[in-house]
Amino acid sequence: MIEGFTALYIFMLAGFVGYEVIGRVPVILHTPLMSGSNFVHGIVLVGAMVALGHAETDMERMIGFIGVMLGAGNAVGGYVVTERMLEMFKSSKEKRQ
Amino acid sequence: MIELSYFAAAVLFILGLKRMSSPVTARGGIVWAGAGMVVATLVTFFHPGLSNFGLMILAMLIGGGAAWYTGKKVAMTDMPQMIAIYNGMGGGAAASIAAVELLKGHFDTGTFQTLAVAGALIGSVAFSGSMIAFAKLQGLIKRSILFPQQQLINLAIFAATLVFGLILIFSEAPAGFAIFMFFMLALLFGILMTLPIGGADMPVVISLYNALTGLAVAFEGFVLGNAAMIIAGTVVGAAGTLLTQLMAKAMNRPLTNVLFSGFGAQGGEAMEAVEGSMKEVGPMDAAAMMAYASKVVIVPGYGLAVAQAQHKVWEFVQLLEEKGVEVKFAIHPVAGRMPGHMNVLLAEAGVPYDKIYDLEEINNEFPQADVVLVIGANDVVNPAARNDPNSPIYGMPILNADKARNVIVVKRGKGTGFSGIENALFFLDNTRMLYGDGQAVASQLIAEVKQL
Repeated sequence: MIEGFTALYIFMLAGFVGYEVIGRVPVILHTPLMSGSNFVHGIVLVGAMVALGHAETDMERMIGFIGVMLGAGNAVGGYVVTERMLEMFKSSKEKRQ
Repeated sequence: MIELSYFAAAVLFILGLKRMSSPVTARGGIVWAGAGMVVATLVTFFHPGLSNFGLMILAMLIGGGAAWYTGKKVAMTDMPQMIAIYNGMGGGAAASIAAVELLKGHFDTGTFQTLAVAGALIGSVAFSGSMIAFAKLQGLIKRSILFPQQQLINLAIFAATLVFGLILIFSEAPAGFAIFMFFMLALLFGILMTLPIGGADMPVVISLYNALTGLAVAFEGFVLGNAAMIIAGTVVGAAGTLLTQLMAKAMNRPLTNVLFSGFGAQGGEAMEAVEGSMKEVGPMDAAAMMAYASKVVIVPGYGLAVAQAQHKVWEFVQLLEEKGVEVKFAIHPVAGRMPGHMNVLLAEAGVPYDKIYDLEEINNEFPQADVVLVIGANDVVNPAARNDPNSPIYGMPILNADKARNVIVVKRGKGTGFSGIENALFFLDNTRMLYGDGQAVASQLIAEVKQL
């Protein structure tokens, strides 16, 4: 378990990383980047798997099942659309090859 | 081993996002982040004490499969609503984790219980709100739904949600009824909060929900003691917040305005009447003007994408370049349905990104341009944003197309734009109107240039 101030430090540092990573991004990448960060929080799938894995009653299993389904949708969908968008970004030099 | 893999995944996510913030490395970025996701998912199967593997795999196949299929199939113009729906799913997943944990009801400390409830609230709002955002952009809900005392009612529902949230936080083992009420109210609040927001503001809202989902994921990560979720969620929460602010600024719409007032709902004073008349031009003359120019700037708008004219326009531009004309694309930050959307649409047609310029980069070049070709754009080139304090779009940064020597505006008809505002640019002496569907006009221009 990650507790107390360790948790708070992780939270703060990760927050700064997020802010800095996006800091100087050109407008042309706003949409792909939003989609990319949308993919990254698809990691929720991992948590949903753990929740479903620990489920004991039928109610818990049902909600866990929905959670995993939604999480998988987030991760896979986020990846596919981001990849499709970024695939199209090429400079004139690459086009001529 | 599991912790090590989660650590690797977190590193890959951050490096991936970093690479995605530059056009040169962006394509590699998503692959890195994807690798991190695969590692984290696979290793989770070996998490100690898990069962229900059959259900787990079935759920992954259904959710992942459906998302894969829709993600591959969706048209580039519909990208914003797809992002909304995938994002909402993430919020829903975070809320589900919280629901399971609350039903189990044995938290180590009160802090974790509070975080679980907070994550559930944010995740639920992001889920139902994103679904409404999707429905609006997809055209399933046609207009902003406004009713009297709306903000008061929303506030009341929010307050009720908080009350049930507090009950959940302070009860030893939360009752099923309280959990149910809490989630229903949170979902309802997400719906009601999003309904009155207009379509033009939707991208900002989607970005906001994206940041919120990140935060919800981080909170549930604390509850489960999962470092990968904490780090990835927090990074997205912070990055998403910044991105939301950048978008709101690009649209000159403070976030509070987006969330708490319907666009155009307020009466407003009379705008300055636009004087002069619109002058028409045919495709032949327009083509000649551009073919013999030395510098042409093209201002594409969402109308271009609706008409699916990107490919034709790019073909036309290549013909101009063969004749030695310097051609640049000028993109307004909010062209398309969300910032950067227009760049994606042009990229789809094969326009290299080094021919595409941002507002700040190109605005000083308009006076040197012989011809500016405006296709499917309206409000983003309306000089009223600069000179008329009574205009609803006053203060919005615009592309200074009116400063060019000649302006050609391709337009379907004589109506006003997305916001319903008359455009003074169309009445200038150096402006010529070229009426017709974007794609048809582009084809005519290609034919005319070939004959020159």
